[in-house]
Order: sequence, then C-alpha cells, then structure tokens
Amino acid sequence: MPTIAPPKNAKPLQKQEARLAWGLLAPTVTSVALIVLLPLLAIFWISFKPVSLGDLRAPVPLANERLRGEITQPGDTATIQYRLRNSNSENQINGVTLTDTIPAGLSVSDLDPRCDLAGRQLTCEFGDWEGGHRETLELTVTAEADFADGPPDVRASTATMDGSGENVLTSLEFTFENFMTVFEARDFLSVLWATVFYTVVGTVGALVAGLFAALLLNQTFRGRGFLRGLFLFPYVAPVIAAAFTWVTLFDPFSGSANALLLQMGFSTGPINFFGERPLALIMVTVFEIWRYFPLSFLFILARMQAVDTDIFEAANMDGASPFQKFRYLLLPQLFGILSVLFLLRFIWTFNKFDDIFLLTGGNAGTRTLTVNVYEQAFAVADIGAGAAVAVVIFLCLLGFSTVYFWSLRHEEEL
Amino acid sequence: MKTLYRGYLAGPIITALWSVTIVITVAVALSLGTGIPLRPSNLVSLLAGALVGLAFPLLRRPILVAAGATVLFALLTVSGIGPINFREETGSVTALLFGGVAGAAVSFSAARIIGDLPFGGMDRHEFENCVLRFLIGFGFVVFTAAVLIPFGVMVATSLKSQQELLQNPLDYSIDLSKGWDLLRSYRELFVDFNFGSYLWTSFYVSVVTVFVTLLFSVPGAYAVARLRFAGQKQFSQSILLIYMVPMIVLALPIYMAFSVAGLRNSILGIILIYPVTTIPVALYILQGYFRGIPVEIEEAGLMDGLGRLSVIRRITLPLCLPALASVSLYVFMIAWNEFLLAFMLLDDPSKFTLTRGVAMLNSSEIPRQHLMAGAVIASVPVLALFMGLERFLTRGLTAGSVKG
Repeated sequence: MPTIAPPKNAKPLQKQEARLAWGLLAPTVTSVALIVLLPLLAIFWISFKPVSLGDLRAPVPLANERLRGEITQPGDTATIQYRLRNSNSENQINGVTLTDTIPAGLSVSDLDPRCDLAGRQLTCEFGDWEGGHRETLELTVTAEADFADGPPDVRASTATMDGSGENVLTSLEFTFENFMTVFEARDFLSVLWATVFYTVVGTVGALVAGLFAALLLNQTFRGRGFLRGLFLFPYVAPVIAAAFTWVTLFDPFSGSANALLLQMGFSTGPINFFGERPLALIMVTVFEIWRYFPLSFLFILARMQAVDTDIFEAANMDGASPFQKFRYLLLPQLFGILSVLFLLRFIWTFNKFDDIFLLTGGNAGTRTLTVNVYEQAFAVADIGAGAAVAVVIFLCLLGFSTVYFWSLRHEEEL
Repeated sequence: MKTLYRGYLAGPIITALWSVTIVITVAVALSLGTGIPLRPSNLVSLLAGALVGLAFPLLRRPILVAAGATVLFALLTVSGIGPINFREETGSVTALLFGGVAGAAVSFSAARIIGDLPFGGMDRHEFENCVLRFLIGFGFVVFTAAVLIPFGVMVATSLKSQQELLQNPLDYSIDLSKGWDLLRSYRELFVDFNFGSYLWTSFYVSVVTVFVTLLFSVPGAYAVARLRFAGQKQFSQSILLIYMVPMIVLALPIYMAFSVAGLRNSILGIILIYPVTTIPVALYILQGYFRGIPVEIEEAGLMDGLGRLSVIRRITLPLCLPALASVSLYVFMIAWNEFLLAFMLLDDPSKFTLTRGVAMLNSSEIPRQHLMAGAVIASVPVLALFMGLERFLTRGLTAGSVKG
C-alpha cells in the first residue's frame, strides 16, 4: 500500500515560486548589499589599515608646463619648462613617465638624458618618485619659423604623466595599530563609561517616562487626542531642531534656563549645562529620555488598551486598591512589551550619534563610541582608528542582537 | 503608612506639594509670558497650600474653599509675603491678579484631587485614589511643560530681535504691535539664506525617497511574507539585523566611496543613499502587514487565473492601502529629518537640504533667532503632516518597531 506523504523534492511549481521570490527580492538585496554589506566589509578592511584622511587619494604625478623666453623670429631660443611633482607627500609612485608633443616650428636642441624624442613626440622616463618629490625639467628649443604673431602655445598639447602610485587602501599591508590607538587612548575608559551611562540610563529613563505618560493618557478625558499628539512632538520633530532648541535654552550666557534658575533663586551663577563634567553627560541623557519617551509611550499605551478589562472588574469586586491593581494586574501584562522595548531601545540608544553630536559635539565627557568614530575619522583625521571604533560598535551590536533574537525565541516558547 | 489615612493629614500634605508644583508652574508661565521677573516662594506656597488642604476636609464645601483660597493667595501676594514675589516694584493690581491666578490654579485643581476627602479616618481606597489623582495631575503638568517649553521657546525666540533677547532672555511676550516685522528672521532666511530652495530640495528628496522605497520594499516584503523559498526565515531575521546597523558605522566607507565616485555634494548621491536607509524599515513593517492579510483571498485570486504579480497588484495592494500610507508617512519623516548623511555628504550651499541648511546656521556669526527660525521652518511641515495624519503615522511608528 502506498504511503501518503508530502513530496520530498522541490517540484516545478515550488521552484517557480522560489524564482519569483528571488526576483522580487533582487532589487532590495542588491541595493542593501551595495550600501550596507559592502561598506561593512570595507570598514573591517580599513580598520586594519594605517590610513589617514590625506591618504585617501592615490598619489599621482603632476606636471605644469610653460614656455620661458621670447620667440619672435627664426633662431631665437627659449626654454620649455616642466614643473613636476608627486601629489602625495608620503607615498611613492613607481615608473613615472611623461609624454608631450612639441609644438610645430620648434626644434629641441639639448635633450635631457632621461628623455627621448621621436619626431615631435617627447617621452621621458623618471623611474620611481618618493613622496613629496619635486623637480623641474627644462628643454632648450630653437625657433625654425617666424613667430611674429605671437609665441607658439606649448600648452596646446597637454603633458600627460603616468605612473602607478600605491594606494594604502589596496595594498596588502595590515596592522593592529588602529585598534591599539583606540584601546590605549587615555580617554577610552571615559568613552566607555559615557556609552554605558547614556545607553542604560537613557533606555530605562525613556521606558519609565513612557510608562508614566501612557498611564496618564490611558484615561478618557477631553483633549486626550490633542495631548497624545503633543506628547509625540519631541520624537517627530527633526533632531536638529530639537537639539538646537535645547542648546539655545540651556546656553550659559543668553539661555532662558539659566536666567530662570537665577531669577527663581535656585542657582547663584550661570551653569554651563552642556560644557561641564559630569552635568553634560546627564543633560545629554535627559535629552535622550525627553526625545524618545514618546516612542515607548506609544507602544505601552497600545498594549494597555488591549488589556482585558474583565480582570479589573474582578479585582474591583475583590476590593483591590488602585496601586494593587497597577502592581499585580497591569504591570505583569506589560512585562512582555517592556522587555522587547528595552532591548530594542537599548540597541538604538547605543547606536545614537546625531543627538550628542549636535548637543555637545562629544565634549565634556559625552563622547560615546559612535561619536568617537566621527571624532577619530574626521577631527583627528585618522580614518583607520575611526574604522576600528566602528568595528567595535558593530561587534557589540552583533552581541546585543544575538541576545535580542534569543529572547524573542525564548518568549515564543513560553 | 496607615497614620496617613486621615483627611486632616493627607489633605494638607498632598495640597501643600500640589501647591508648590502649581505655583512654580504659574510663576514660570507668567514670567515667560509677560517678561515681569517673578520668584515663587516655596515656603509660603507650602504653608498656604497646607492651610487650604486642611480647609477642604474640614468645611467640605469645595467651591467655597477654592474661592476663599484664591482671595487668600491674592491678598498674600499683594502684601508682599506671597507665594509669588516680585523682584521689581510692580503695581498692586498686577500683584492681585497674579496671586489670584496662582490661587485659583492651585485650589480649583486641588478641589478635584482631595475635594471629597473626609476629615477623619479613611480607607486605603480613598487614600490611594487621592494620591493617584495627585500623581496624575503632577504628571500632566510635568510632561506638558517638558514638551511645550522647548517648542514654545523655539517659536518665541524666532520672533525676537537680537537686542530684545540680550536685554531679557526670559521675556517671551509677543509684541503684536510690530506687525509683520515679527517675522523678520523668517524673511531674512528666505531672502538671504536661500531657505526656499532648501525647503524644496528637502521636499522632493523626501518624496522621491518614499517612492523608491515603496518600489523596492513592496515586492520584497511580499516575497518574504508570502512566498516559500529556501532561507525565507533567515531572511526575515536578517532584515531586522541590517536595520539595526547604525549609519555612523557605514557613513565612513560611504563618504569615501562617494568622494571617489564624485557623488559627494550632489543631490543624486543623497537620493541614492536615502532609500537604502529606509528600505529595511519599510520591508520590515510591510511584511508584517502582508502576513496579516488572509491567504485565502489571494488563493481565490490565483484559482481564478490571476498570476502572482496581478494578485499583488489587484488584491494585496488595495487591501494594504492604509499600511502603505503609514509606511509612506514614516519614510517621509525619516528622510525629512535625516541629518547625518546630509551633513557629511553636502558641502555646497546651493544643494543643501533643510536640515543641512539649519546646521549651517549654527555659527557664532549668525544670530540665534535665525537658527530658531530655521528650526521652526524644518519642524512645521513634518509636525503639521503628523497632526493631520496622526492615525497613520502612529501606526507606522508602532509597526516600525523602534527605529530612532
């Protein structure tokens, strides 16, 4: 008797479906690969390279040509001068050559030994140039024709130079120096501390504030829709507007916050909110909480409104007090969304760059890992070190994501 | 804790704390709104609040007590003791008015919080309800102030002149007699700083980003959600993973590649890169929606002879229109607000997006009110869009999980 079982091999229809799926996904996969995976590989590659901002351009030989002396009638002599240099001050160029065409009506009388003249075609071979190499090549020319109308234009044919410069990025030279620079920096511990403080306190603070706001708006009253919209403002407004407003508000000299504190008698002198340790780190974290509590509030409110009201009625019958209802009935039901939110927000806060960059620029002890990438790569111009920090961030992230997916699976099993 | 379950203790304590909260709020609001320098006296508001809090359970006539409290606060303020002290000589009418406002604000709201409290013992429910109402009121005041003050300061600063700002950084009263001159900063931004063109650039970059994102992510999301193929599960997980990679990690190689390719400093480069940052989010949201559509509807279409692509076009997409609206709004918001890439990739002032243009205003040579006016210009379109279509956007936000 034949047993009935699903077919084991992929059937044509199934294959067709898979083909269609990949066809639909192809544009996305290609673009994401180009802009996400490729840069990721690149950042790993660069992090092992001794490269600074100036090394980004491969060295090229450059020539600047001009005619010195006056030529008006046959027999006049002049000099064609080539000013040559290596564009890069550090890296060598191999096998440098120059080719140019000598204008008609001029004959070259003394030729540099490295050069060769075939008809009007000039070819010179210079060998290898060190970084920053400069020299001047001169050719004496004699006029054969009448140039009363004006001297011949030597630039009519551009001198082309050739040579293979070695780009640090494509060489096979690797180093651990970048990682050493990052880890051994005197302020690395402070960077780590700022990251941990900002991430943990920012995440927990935004969750708690969001929970509080959700409790407020979980009641029915007039103007609730308006308030809900208002509470989302910090998140929806562009970060640049929010951050600059805070900077203006808390300016040590002309800011309203200082004037207000002074007038109300809470402080005696101007406080530099975004410029003092450790106040700057606290302020940056408060900004993070202010800006992202709307998001947690939105999620928690959505979950709260899905909670079954029957259990609250039952609790009322049993005489549970308001705080007991919150602690023993509502909070346990919110635990799931709170933990998911915590993990996701944790990752996003860890990734945050714009906010701190705009508020303090990473000064006064607020430099987190992400700001450190920018600081190393652009402020210090050490692209290799910046890439090394980026790699560290990515590895941390990989760890967090593993925890996230593990806990998701764990939750599904429950 | 049980000792507190008495009206004559709980009432004064809660009202005293409430009084301090409200008096500070009123003082800050009046100070910012009128420019008159005020100082709240916490001790006086604490004591006056406690007195009022005792009167509520004692007399049990909330309206009468609240009216009395208003008069008490007003008189105390006029006599110079007051919960609100003036730092300069001020007319007694103003003092009477300010004191009255503070008193009314404290006592009428306090009536809602502890109005029905008995004088003597009470049970746990009454007590906790009372504390709860206090906490709710406190929460509303704090959250509303935290959101309103920065945005209010942003708008009010943009309407001031440099001189007025330096003179009194606390005076945010708006002098309507200046007429159109109030909007001077805005006019200068549009005339001298080219903000009209930035606004337009930001707008079309965002719209193009939305279209490209949908074009890529709709088919992709459908494939991940519906079609069976090897690696489907890993795929939907890796979307989330990719969407968690921070832009700052990728910005460095992208900056280098764009420099080499000559795409830096061009709108084309921005339009190429923005959709890629939003496609994973859109894909993630949309696949969730597609999974929610009953598969039977699509199978019915297949049975009736439609191909997969026509099923998507004629059945799935029309059913998903609200979802598409949410995703579009969300993507528009991300593209409009994007700062890091615009900041790194654009140097030429003629090609700035709005956020890049505002970043340019942050220099010591440009007055603050211009920066704030720029911030207002950047915020208003996205906030207006959000207020108008809040329902769609909040759905996009919640479904988009927690990109930020």
